[in-house]
Amino acid sequence: MNKILSAEFLAADIKRFVIEAPKIAAKRKAGQFVIVRIDEKGERIPLTIADSNKAEGTITIIVQGIGKTTKAINEHKSGDFFLDVVGPLGKPSHIENFGTAISIGGGVGTAIAYPTAVALKEAGNHTIVINGARNKDLVILEEELKKVSDEVYITTDDGSYGYHGFVTQKLKELIDSGRKIDFVLAIGPIPMMKAVANTTRPYGIKTVVSLNPVMVDGTGMCGGCRATVDNKTVFVCVDGPEFDAHLVDFELLTKRNRTYNQNEKVALETHQCNYDKVFFEALSTLPLHQ
Amino acid sequence: MPGLSKKERMQIPRQPMPEQAPLERNKNFLEVNLGLTEELARMEANRCLQCPKPVCIEGCPVGVQIRDFIQLVSEGDFLGAAAKIKSDNALPAVCGRVCPQEEQCEAKCVVGVKHDPVAIGRLERFVSDYEREKVGIRTPQIKPKTGKKVAVIGSGPAGLSCAGDLIQLGHDVTVFEALHDVGGVLIYGIPEFRLPKSIVKAEVDALKTLGVDFQTNAVIGFTDTIDELFENGYHAVFIAVGAGLPYFMNIPGENFNGVYSANEFLTRVNLMKAYKFPEYDTPVFDCKDKNVAVFGGGNTAMDAVRTAKRLGAKNAYIMYRRSEKEMPARLEEVHHAKQEGVEFVFLTNPLEFLGDENGWLRSVKLQKMELGEPDASGRRRPVPIPNSESITELDMAVVAIGNGSNPIIRKTTPDLTYNKWGNIVVNEATMKTSKQGVFAGGDIVTGGATVILAMGAGRTAAKAIDNYLSDSEPW
Repeated sequence: MNKILSAEFLAADIKRFVIEAPKIAAKRKAGQFVIVRIDEKGERIPLTIADSNKAEGTITIIVQGIGKTTKAINEHKSGDFFLDVVGPLGKPSHIENFGTAISIGGGVGTAIAYPTAVALKEAGNHTIVINGARNKDLVILEEELKKVSDEVYITTDDGSYGYHGFVTQKLKELIDSGRKIDFVLAIGPIPMMKAVANTTRPYGIKTVVSLNPVMVDGTGMCGGCRATVDNKTVFVCVDGPEFDAHLVDFELLTKRNRTYNQNEKVALETHQCNYDKVFFEALSTLPLHQ
Repeated sequence: MPGLSKKERMQIPRQPMPEQAPLERNKNFLEVNLGLTEELARMEANRCLQCPKPVCIEGCPVGVQIRDFIQLVSEGDFLGAAAKIKSDNALPAVCGRVCPQEEQCEAKCVVGVKHDPVAIGRLERFVSDYEREKVGIRTPQIKPKTGKKVAVIGSGPAGLSCAGDLIQLGHDVTVFEALHDVGGVLIYGIPEFRLPKSIVKAEVDALKTLGVDFQTNAVIGFTDTIDELFENGYHAVFIAVGAGLPYFMNIPGENFNGVYSANEFLTRVNLMKAYKFPEYDTPVFDCKDKNVAVFGGGNTAMDAVRTAKRLGAKNAYIMYRRSEKEMPARLEEVHHAKQEGVEFVFLTNPLEFLGDENGWLRSVKLQKMELGEPDASGRRRPVPIPNSESITELDMAVVAIGNGSNPIIRKTTPDLTYNKWGNIVVNEATMKTSKQGVFAGGDIVTGGATVILAMGAGRTAAKAIDNYLSDSEPW
């Protein structure tokens, strides 16, 4: 049982939790994840660790309520408990002083890109953050990101805040401005990560994405999270979650993440009368669990 | 019936195991075997010749005193029989259900030379069930506390048997489990209809009563490294993490939706209870009225195909590249699968999975095989027959061809010695690894094997750990 010490919405359906988990807080590194199970009948949901505080023994996760379980997670309040939190899992991000590094977060992926931005900065990189959202209301962590990076660019699809356009447009502008960009990390919906990979490929800029396929155990035991990278099958939970963006088969990942869409619909209909149709549409582009 | 002659004993037929009717049970997840009655058990026990030198024990990896417990059964002292078994076996209700007795104790049984061997496994199951149901599992006396602490990594059969022996020897034992529940393959792998989870829980609870501490959600390597366990005050470590990295066949199309490893399919259904979806949140492929094939011929393959049948599969196939004779599965599982309507397709190897534009499995390209010369395993090697390819429609496929070694311990404990497959190298007599104070056993050492072999390794390790901790056998 892990106690929730604070829980607050950052945007509609996006909630930040600070959880008591001293062992994980002591060990975790940027890029690693936990698996959360809320109750006896609950699914095991992989969630990237957004932050931690070793001294206080806490970790932070940021959750977007899309499926039945993520919505149920987001009904939890400060003082409630999660039944199981296991981690840290997966390989930490490979961090070094690349020179100039850009960390790109799309939607709730911003939460996942945040710790890597911190680590890149700590390693001595000139760290640029591009944070994309559909609209102003969905922009998260802007203040936090400004504190830990050298430059922050917010983009919105509808132009309601910051740069009007996609993260890739801003990225291309930065590259084409003649600045030397040495490293790009992108985390967010699959189409965004794929677009970032396609943007940097012609320039030969080293680009890493964090994949989040469907998982069960998260320790390599089930093989459900397999993806194709460089034409080889990998288990994302133990071989990743971060991979060379230019070698990932994004199309396969998109299809595999739709495996349980029909079941997810049943689960939502069974357990919840009010659901927002928008989230079903989102299911086809977002990883099932973020 | 003490007055029976040898001849009279041999004339008693092997008593049948009452079981659910095949076409009823293939629609539910309740246990297939219902268990012997007291009368059937005593009758079966009377078939034992009470050999002066019982060779059956040689066939048991944990050395259960088979003759003596069967004598107690024939006398009607079922609780005495249960205690007798438990002095050597920490999980008798489990072993009575899942051991391949026909290759072990029952293969050695003298009665079996001319007749059917004594049903040792069924008797073991009967007495342990009798005890649990009548009086609750009784725990043995434990020795005075030694003040030594042992960390056991993994709560599967090897870990549980080692923990059971060590706690009785007076050591403090903590079992670390990566999943949220205890039992390893006994709870995520073996289905409810073959090994009810309540039975695993009861045997685990008995270990808790003895004082074994279980820590779930602890992924050793990540949560704590092995060196940190020593820093935290443990005096010895037993690594029993299992194999835990499913093999795929490396054929085209293996990543289509609908293709599972047996581990994933069974974990979803057993551990996560996907067969009760949507009451439970974890889904699994909806097999209802679908064509399902399981590739492999071991117990895991049988578990997967019978699970698919229970989830409503229209056609549930076992596809195996050798012939029936070479299948490693327990005879009873094969027999039960056939009764339940599973179709066996032998001498058949998949070449490629074919799918649709949305990434879903639709069919498999198969090749017929014939048997050639024996290979390294002693079994005749399957050889492809030219121009024998065919296509079979398929909605779901399960790959059940075994497991490699999980990388988490290896990557976080580089100072252990591993073989080329990544298994931990040990001294087989003591289960000692190359690192002081660290022992290992079960599938992480042997590669995929059986529950009872893993339990045997756990016992061997417990004895060696006890010797090491008591300084009678320093490193």
